[in-house]
Amino acid sequence: MEQRIQKAYASAPKTWLWQLLAAFIVACLLAWSGTAVQTSNPTSNGLEVAGNIISGIFHPSGKLLFTLGTNGVPYLLLETFCIAFLGTIVGAVISLPLSFISASNLVPKPLALVGRILIAAIRTIPAFVYGLMFIRVTGPGPFAGLLTMSLCSIGMVSKMFIESIEDLDKRILESLDAAGCTTFQKIRYGILPQLTADFTSTIIYRFDMNLRDATVLGLVGAGGIGAPLIFAMSSYRWNEVGAILLGLIVLVLIIEWISSRIRVKLARG
Amino acid sequence: MSLYDRLFKPRRYTLPNGTVVEEKRSRAPLVILIVLALGALSVHITGFDFAVLVKKGGKFFDILTAMFPPNTGYLAKIWQPLWDTVKMSFLGSFVGAVLAIPFAIAAASNIVTNRVVVFIVRLFLSLVRTLPTLVCALIATYIFGLGTMAGTCAIAVFTFAYVGKQLFEIIETVDMGPYEAMEALGATRLQAFTTAVFPQVLPTYLSVSLFCLEGNVRYASILGYVGAGGLGLIMNEKIGWREYDSLGMILIVLFLTVMVIEGISHWLRKRLT
Repeated sequence: MEQRIQKAYASAPKTWLWQLLAAFIVACLLAWSGTAVQTSNPTSNGLEVAGNIISGIFHPSGKLLFTLGTNGVPYLLLETFCIAFLGTIVGAVISLPLSFISASNLVPKPLALVGRILIAAIRTIPAFVYGLMFIRVTGPGPFAGLLTMSLCSIGMVSKMFIESIEDLDKRILESLDAAGCTTFQKIRYGILPQLTADFTSTIIYRFDMNLRDATVLGLVGAGGIGAPLIFAMSSYRWNEVGAILLGLIVLVLIIEWISSRIRVKLARG
Repeated sequence: MSLYDRLFKPRRYTLPNGTVVEEKRSRAPLVILIVLALGALSVHITGFDFAVLVKKGGKFFDILTAMFPPNTGYLAKIWQPLWDTVKMSFLGSFVGAVLAIPFAIAAASNIVTNRVVVFIVRLFLSLVRTLPTLVCALIATYIFGLGTMAGTCAIAVFTFAYVGKQLFEIIETVDMGPYEAMEALGATRLQAFTTAVFPQVLPTYLSVSLFCLEGNVRYASILGYVGAGGLGLIMNEKIGWREYDSLGMILIVLFLTVMVIEGISHWLRKRLT
């Protein structure tokens, strides 16, 4: 027994050199990154500000939280929800053709590469730049936000769509072929049932993320709850910030709970 | 039997041998109805108008065409903010990923048996995750002043929440056999954890952290918009001055950087799994 253990130890691959090298590289990178961390004006009252923020968040402004008009938190949340919802759907619709032409098992390699580069390029442009572009089209407001959300969703959604498409079980298609099915029947009974669950799951997950990221839109005036939140923050009205954050957190938690339940159900079939 | 099945009776088939099988009615009509209703509500509230899109859609390309040809002369001034962005995301991801370890362990119900602790830590992780990164960055700028420190903090918080959630789910799915065997041999729980559970989760943990790092480089470029340092700072400036050709150059550099980092991380993650 003892000897067998010793032998197993001796025959184990010697990885300590690699580990040491990896640790060394990480340490170097850390030291290099450390040089970036300097505060331009180290505020001495930073702790005081932090205290104010925390107390504001725990004493949310009730007026804002329960007003039902267009300035109240409930309406803003509804607007954010709608932007995220429609934005995700539009994004998913655009992603569908993009991901089919970028799946390397369906189309020739060069075309798939072009599709992938296009998707990566769409992903690179930050949300606020898209927001500014769309404001020229629609004017400021939730419509611009919706379009921004849809373009921002494309990157991740099509990446995950491509993965599902590349995982397609081709044997099913072959057996349908052998049974004499037409192309339409092959798509209906061979491809769609394999993809719907994965695609729905991806879309729901992205919706979850969009709801969270919708605050970015407020920066450029593209609707949603972001703008009031950032205004309240820059004018130090922390109890309003608290009210908005509280609403947002509750909404996100509820949606997350629902979406994870649906996704578990989808995954189990 | 759920309400839906009681309203819409399952279809019954009688097989040749006499057995009766039931096929539940598809849920698709209900789902489509809900999606359509929500869609209509969203169209109403956001003022979605296809006609505007068709009529003025061309204006979307105004800024995009103004970006080309990019101003190559501006390249020299991009390096400094670019390295700041990369450094911010690297340091932030590292700090966040390391901080996530103890919390993830405390949130894993197969390691910590105390239900209350598990619940509280999970609630904390969820709360941190719902906090928008931008808000984090803004708060950090109030506390640490403008600069890369604020951005690093925001990225660390985001990474902490993301990696924390993934990690406790990974820990919960490990094979507990070796852990129990170690405990039976008289090892302490810490020893059992580090020698039996840790090696199992390490590759996935590293791969999740690397994946987060990829995303963070992209995120870090937004954070500059609120004054948290990096590329976003000069992007904001160039947009303000309408120097879209310089903006185009910044975006190209960002695109290449993200591609390189994704390539490295993709290669590393492939080797890990």
